[in-house]
Amino acid sequence: MKKIIVMLLVLAMVLSLAACGKKEEPSGGDNTAAPTTAGSTTETSTPAPTATDEPAKPDTTADDPSKKGEGVMTYAEYAAAALDTQVVVETYVQAKQSWWEDKATVYTQDEDGAYFLYSMACSQEDFEKLVPGTKIKVTGYKSQWSGEVEITDATFEIEEGSFIAAPVDVTAELGTDALIEKQNQLVVFKDLTVEAQADGSAFLYNWDGSGSHDSNSDLYFSVSVNGQTYTFTVESYLTGNDTEVYKAVESLKVGDKIDAEGFLYWYNGVNPHITKITNK
Amino acid sequence: MKKAFIAILLLCILLLPGCHGTRERNEFTLPDEFDTSRDYEITFWAKNDTNKTQTDIYAKAIEDFEALYPNIHVTIRLYTDYGRIYNDVITNISTNTTPNVCITYPDHIATYLTGENTVVPLDAVMDDKKYGLGGSEVNFDAPKRKEIVEKFLGECRIGDHYYALPYMRSTEACYINKTYVEALGYTVPDELTWDFVWEVSDAATAKNADGTYKVNGQNVMIPFIYKSTDNMMIQYLAQKNAGYTTADGQILIFNDTAFDFLYEIKSHVEKGAFSTFKISSYPANFLNAGQCIFAIDSTAGSTWMGSNAPLSDIAEDMFVDFETVVRTIPQCDPSNPKMISQGPSICIFNKEDTQEVLASWLFAQYMLTNEVQTAYAETEGYVPVTTKAQESPEYLDYLSRAGEDNKVYYDIKLLATQLLLDNIENTFVTPVFNGSASVRDAAGQMIENVAKSVRRKETVDAAYMEKLEKDISSLYRLDRLGPSSGEGEGASSGASGELPAASKALLITLCAVWILLAGYGVYTVLGRLKKKKD
Repeated sequence: MKKIIVMLLVLAMVLSLAACGKKEEPSGGDNTAAPTTAGSTTETSTPAPTATDEPAKPDTTADDPSKKGEGVMTYAEYAAAALDTQVVVETYVQAKQSWWEDKATVYTQDEDGAYFLYSMACSQEDFEKLVPGTKIKVTGYKSQWSGEVEITDATFEIEEGSFIAAPVDVTAELGTDALIEKQNQLVVFKDLTVEAQADGSAFLYNWDGSGSHDSNSDLYFSVSVNGQTYTFTVESYLTGNDTEVYKAVESLKVGDKIDAEGFLYWYNGVNPHITKITNK
Repeated sequence: MKKAFIAILLLCILLLPGCHGTRERNEFTLPDEFDTSRDYEITFWAKNDTNKTQTDIYAKAIEDFEALYPNIHVTIRLYTDYGRIYNDVITNISTNTTPNVCITYPDHIATYLTGENTVVPLDAVMDDKKYGLGGSEVNFDAPKRKEIVEKFLGECRIGDHYYALPYMRSTEACYINKTYVEALGYTVPDELTWDFVWEVSDAATAKNADGTYKVNGQNVMIPFIYKSTDNMMIQYLAQKNAGYTTADGQILIFNDTAFDFLYEIKSHVEKGAFSTFKISSYPANFLNAGQCIFAIDSTAGSTWMGSNAPLSDIAEDMFVDFETVVRTIPQCDPSNPKMISQGPSICIFNKEDTQEVLASWLFAQYMLTNEVQTAYAETEGYVPVTTKAQESPEYLDYLSRAGEDNKVYYDIKLLATQLLLDNIENTFVTPVFNGSASVRDAAGQMIENVAKSVRRKETVDAAYMEKLEKDISSLYRLDRLGPSSGEGEGASSGASGELPAASKALLITLCAVWILLAGYGVYTVLGRLKKKKD
């Protein structure tokens, strides 16, 4: 009996030792907007990211994504809603950009359109549950920032259901007014030609080349199609320097022919967040 | 078997000293001599704007320093925001893998200091005759202590010690579309007041019959946009001599002046006359497109401002031609102007190897040389932090050439720089303590919440303000700050908040086990004593 008691005491101490310690928590909240492209200097802080993987393959199993619950807007109703009004949508996680201090930024989409959720209230535990395809009901406010329409100050609840969007070919709509209707959706651009940056390189770390691989800087590269040149981005909070697409862009050469897939983000104009490069 | 159990128990006792979350270090003492026979690897976590010239300057500074000290090798990691540096440093403190040298803000250092001897106090280091500022054994022309702007150095003092060197300084400025102000029938004064800015902003919201704005003929006009609303509130409270915090962390921001200011802001948001960066986007983008009249941002954002701005985020065809002027931020009392002092500082993290720390200090000191100071300051509306650099022929020549081009000598940048040089004595900083960064965020969030609520047609009244105070206090845990919580003593407190529940449970388990062991030991001893007696 004595031996059992001693053994139990030893086990308790060993188990306590293994987990003993206090985790340092940085102080303060951080509600500064985090522009995903270059901008003027700031003296304020911005969220730190938790990088995630590229979106999963298309999957249209499970429930009918076009069916909406009670009190939930259709995409058309959301699109027509005025800015700064409350919106309630049901949508499906396609990819996660970041989590910081109980706020998550998520790319979501249903069959009809996409919803970019900026700094949505989300515990770290719940953030782990938001895998691609997860259905969520989101209540927030429709906002617009530098042309990007998004839902802010949102809360969510996870629901039953799953949907992964297939990328839509919008190559023909580049440079047209129609492109903005696909904002935030998973899209693909085909038969693009990589153009040179100002310094002759195929891409830049940060918009002006001020970044680096080790700093996990965003990548900027230019592509032309139909006689026009556009700037595409690898958003490092979404797909960082350890991902396939990041390395693919780092390997690009001027003149390469590529297809580029990603989310049709907007920043003062079309500024896709590319998640996949296919060399032709 | 019994011996085996006792052996395991003793092993556990020996392991206990290893059970703690924070590694402690000895207090740093400057070595008598720098050991040049050894090589040192120094890591430097640097913050820059998205500006290649700045990163090039860092690279050159490292190259030049390594030429002077071939045995010191500096590896740089670049960041574009302070929050990420802060997060990474905090994460690395407990594993003793902090960088050697780091660009930082004093607010953040206050939290780093919750680790024992984490950040090197610089008082004795600065004054050392051999390796201190401009010391006899320093291999380059470093500024002496008296050649650092005392006000800027004072901002790096937390409690009784200096924990950083200033690196660059800036303030906020108001970039004004003078053309539109005059089109509205006003004249831009030399000293801007809040009344003037609000009045002109309201006037600029007038529309034509077709819904376009009269002043610019466009569908978009946000007359007044503020980049950093935390600064907006902090500076207004300072101008009004109203409370913000005390030096030991007492929270004073929820006062009548603050709420009156929020009601004022509310009235202008209602008219569409005011917005913020977080709500609408960069003030520079709107200013340059002729969609904003008063754009408030850092002097270190001056290269983004104006019709001929060398840096821009908007398409060329969106630029509108107008005359830009630069003024101090609006004042309550123009005869007694007050504006924030801000900008990066440099701190050094303590290491077991004192020679490594000395090497780090030499590199940090090198960042104050004229070459680095003038080069970096000229990339934006920063000013060098040393009078040695400010008064150098090269820097004075730079200041005299405003408008010679739209790059190095961009006139708006030089006007913004001169604004700070003329107002150094009118700048101030807020008290620094563990949690002061949270209070700053809270101050800004009050304005953001009110502006958003107005835009969302919510009722902003006394009940709203009461709830706002509660929500902001809760969100930023302001009730945990302050002298009564033991966290208001800044560097000296060593407190870093309540233990997580898991840690509490584990510590209670450990205590319970020890109590049982002690009880068993006492029982055994008493039993033996009794047997002996018998």
